[in-house]
Amino acid sequence: MIKVILITGRSLDQGTSKSIGKFSKEYMEKLAICELDPEDLKSLGIKSGQNVKIKTKYGEIIVKAIESKQAPHKGIAFMPYGPWANLLLGSLTNSSGMPTFKGIEADIEIAKEGKIMDLNELLEEKIGVI
Amino acid sequence: MKTINNVVCSFCGCLCDDIEVNIENNKIVNVKNACSLGLSKFLNYNKHRILKPRIRKSKEFVNVSLEEAINECVKILSNANYPIIYGWSNTSNEALRVGIEIAELIGGVIDNTTSVCHGPTIIGVQDIGESTSTLGQIKNRADLIIYWGSNPLHAHPRHLSRYTALSKGRFIKTRKERKVVVVDVRKTATANIADVFIQIKPNSDYELLTALRYAVNNGEIEQDEVAGVPVEKIEELAEMMVSCKFGALMFGLGLTMSPGKHRNIEAAIALVTDLNKYTKFVILPMRGHYNVTGANNVTCWITGYPFAVDFSKGYPYYNPGETTIADIIARGECDAALIVASDPISHLPIESARKLSKIPIVTIDPHETPTTRVSRVVIPSSYVGIECEGTAYRMDGVPLRLKKIVDPPDGIISDEEILKMILSKLKGD
Ligand code: SF4
Repeated sequence: MIKVILITGRSLDQGTSKSIGKFSKEYMEKLAICELDPEDLKSLGIKSGQNVKIKTKYGEIIVKAIESKQAPHKGIAFMPYGPWANLLLGSLTNSSGMPTFKGIEADIEIAKEGKIMDLNELLEEKIGVI
Repeated sequence: MKTINNVVCSFCGCLCDDIEVNIENNKIVNVKNACSLGLSKFLNYNKHRILKPRIRKSKEFVNVSLEEAINECVKILSNANYPIIYGWSNTSNEALRVGIEIAELIGGVIDNTTSVCHGPTIIGVQDIGESTSTLGQIKNRADLIIYWGSNPLHAHPRHLSRYTALSKGRFIKTRKERKVVVVDVRKTATANIADVFIQIKPNSDYELLTALRYAVNNGEIEQDEVAGVPVEKIEELAEMMVSCKFGALMFGLGLTMSPGKHRNIEAAIALVTDLNKYTKFVILPMRGHYNVTGANNVTCWITGYPFAVDFSKGYPYYNPGETTIADIIARGECDAALIVASDPISHLPIESARKLSKIPIVTIDPHETPTTRVSRVVIPSSYVGIECEGTAYRMDGVPLRLKKIVDPPDGIISDEEILKMILSKLKGD
C-alpha cells in the first residue's frame, strides 16, 4: 500500500473519448485509470496495466494503473475527471460552491480480486439506476 | 462535396474559428485545422444520439411525442418547491436567455457549470478585480507566458499555437521572443515545451503565490524553499516577471479545485496587480467548455450575477456556497431539476450524484449520458455549432457566431426552441 495525493483533471484522452460517447468502450478505457509515477509503481510492485484499488475517506474504486507520461510526480496519483474518479470525492464545498476535486489523500494497493466496473455497472451499483 | 470555411469549433473555450469542414450528403466527411479534441467531436457528434423524447413510466422509458414530453416537464417544474436549472456551458447564449426566464418564472435556482470549474475564479475577481485582456493582445504583445495549474496541451490544445507561445503576433512573432513558464504539480506535456518548469507541492499554490508577491516587491524570503520550490527559483521567476514587457498569467483548475479555492485566485490576482507597478501584466482563466464564459456573461446581464442565481425569493439572490448547485444538492434541498446540455451525474462527487438521481430530472441533451439515464423526462436537442446556430463567448469574453453546417436528425430541434416551448406552456400561453 502507498499513500498518495489524488489529483483529478482533464486529459486529452478523456476529451476525445467523451465525444465518441459516454457509454463507449473508449470512454471507459480512458477514464477508469490512474496515472502513477514509475517509482510509485515500483513501490507497489506492479507494472503499468495492472489493476489497483484506490481508497479515500469517501469511497473506493478499482482502476487500471498506468505509468504516467507526465512524470516525475512521485506521491501523486492522477485520474481523469468522470464517474470513476468521482467515487473518490466528497461533496462538501466548505461554503465555496466548489467540491475539492484535487489534492485529496488516498491509499493505493494492488487489486488482487475484483474487476473494473463499466459505466452501466457503476450507475447500477453506486447510484442505484435501474 | 461542399466545403465550409471559418467554422467555429464548439468544444473548448478557445472557440477556434478557422475550422474547415467538408460535407457530403449532410455528413461531415473531413475536418481541417481542428485539434484532436475538436476533430473527435466533429466526426463523432452523431454517435450515441437520442432521437426520440422519452418519459420514464414506472421503471421503463417510453418514447413520447415532443408535446407530451414538454407537458410532463412543465408538470414537474410547476409542482416543485425549489427546482434547480443547471448546465448551459455547452449551449448557446440564446438558449440560456430563455432558461433564465424559466428560472425566474418558477422561482428556481439557475446555475451553470462554472460553479464546479471556475466558480472560485469569479468569486476571486469579484473580491479584488482583475487586469485582463483579450487573447489577441497576448498573441500580439506578450513576451512572458505563464501557465499555472493548467495543461493546455491536453485541455485546450490550440491555445498555444493560436494565442500564446507558438503564435505569430503583430509585434512578437516567434517562439524565441517569448519566455514560457509552467507551474504545476506534474511535469505535464505543456511543461515539456516550457523554458522554465516549476514543480510545486500539491495544495500549496497560495504559499507560492504569496512568496512570489513578496519577492516581486523586493522582500527577502527567509526560507530555503516555499511550496517545495527553492527560493532561488522563486526569485528567478519574480525577476522574469518584473523585467518582461507584457506578461500573461493563465491559470486553470489547478488553482480553483484545490484547497484554498477562491483564496488561491485572489493571491494570483494580487500578484498580477503588484506586477502592474513595474510592467504590464494580465491574468486570464483557462475556461473549459466552449460557452461557459457566455453562460456567465448572459446570466450577469440579465440577473446581475454570473452563476448560482436563486429566484426563490422573487428576486435574484446570489451567494456561492449556498446557492451553488453542489451545495443545494448536498443539502438535499432541491426537489426537481432541469438540466440543459450537461451531465452532472458524471461530474459531481458520488454522494451528490446519488442524491440528484433521486429527484425528478428533465434533461435536454443531444446525447445519451449517465444523466439522461436517471432522468424522468429526456428531450433530445440539436448540436449547437453543427446542427443549429447560436452565439458563444470565447474564454476571453469575445462573442462568436456558431454556424449550422448540417441538418439535425428528423424532428430534432434546438435547446432554444425546446426551452421556448417549455416557457410558453409554463406561462399558460
Ligand atoms: S483548441 Fe478547442 S476550440 Fe480549438 S479546435 Fe481544439 S477543441 Fe476546438
